[in-house]
Amino acid sequence: MTEFLRMGGQGGYVWSAYGLTLAVLVFNVWWARHRHQAALERARASSEQQRVGKRPTVRQIE
Amino acid sequence: MRLPRWFHLLGSPPFVYGFAGNVAPWLGAVSCVLLAVGAYWGLVVAPPDRVQHEAYRILFIHPQIAYVSIMAYVVMAVAAGIGYVWRIKLAYAIAVAAAPIGASFTACALATGSLWGRPTWGTFWQWTDPRIMSETLLLFLFLGYLALRAAFEDRDKADRVSAILAVVGVVDVPIIHYSVIWWNSLHQGPSIMKLDKPSISPEMLPPFLIMVAAFTLCFFWLLLNGLRGEIVERERDSRWIRQLVEGTRG
Repeated sequence: MTEFLRMGGQGGYVWSAYGLTLAVLVFNVWWARHRHQAALERARASSEQQRVGKRPTVRQIE
Repeated sequence: MRLPRWFHLLGSPPFVYGFAGNVAPWLGAVSCVLLAVGAYWGLVVAPPDRVQHEAYRILFIHPQIAYVSIMAYVVMAVAAGIGYVWRIKLAYAIAVAAAPIGASFTACALATGSLWGRPTWGTFWQWTDPRIMSETLLLFLFLGYLALRAAFEDRDKADRVSAILAVVGVVDVPIIHYSVIWWNSLHQGPSIMKLDKPSISPEMLPPFLIMVAAFTLCFFWLLLNGLRGEIVERERDSRWIRQLVEGTRG
């Protein structure tokens, strides 16, 4: 097992390359999710604001 | 001529949003399985290389990531160009979704190449290598595209101006591809994508191709994920988004 991880002394290069690639993929998945959630949140806030804005005031009912 | 119904649906943000949401999990699952199989095959099953010993195992990720970075650029430029010519908002959304994926894949291609170059060429970086330089230019094109967009308050203007940059930058794509033929490079010439038989050991070819498929599907998975967020952002004040967010209120 240790021999496999060492890869004849070149393990550092191989494992860093694979680890970095995994990190880039995970980052991209997280980033897309984060952006999507943030956009939904903003849309929710904007729709909330519009509803509140449209609510008739006392003066209008009179 | 009447266009088929699905063609019109492709221009409809709610349809594309839903469609992407249905397809993305499947693409994600298949690409993750392929990545795992390819990584196992490449790291454990494939024999060591006669000349490069174990370091060659970066062969199963580096060219694939570099190829996806170029594909991401082409997708971004074509989508931005379509958006510019036909004023299709969804096309711009695709371009914007492709940009951060492309930028991170390009950076990853440069980094994994560097980690491969050290044990095989004896150097992390070579300023005179045409392929390293043209790929570095690709990174700056992606970053320039994103920076240019960020400089505009008005989204329509950002869409149009950044589209011009994206389309002009396409000249770098053939330069990256032919750099190893046109100039002296530390990189080898084509060994898979050529008319002749691939010059790679048959034991190394299956994991190589599995990883090509894995990273390609992975790119489209990430693209659809990003596209969904971008659609919500652009359609924030439309009725269907309002219904969507009101329906999910807890």
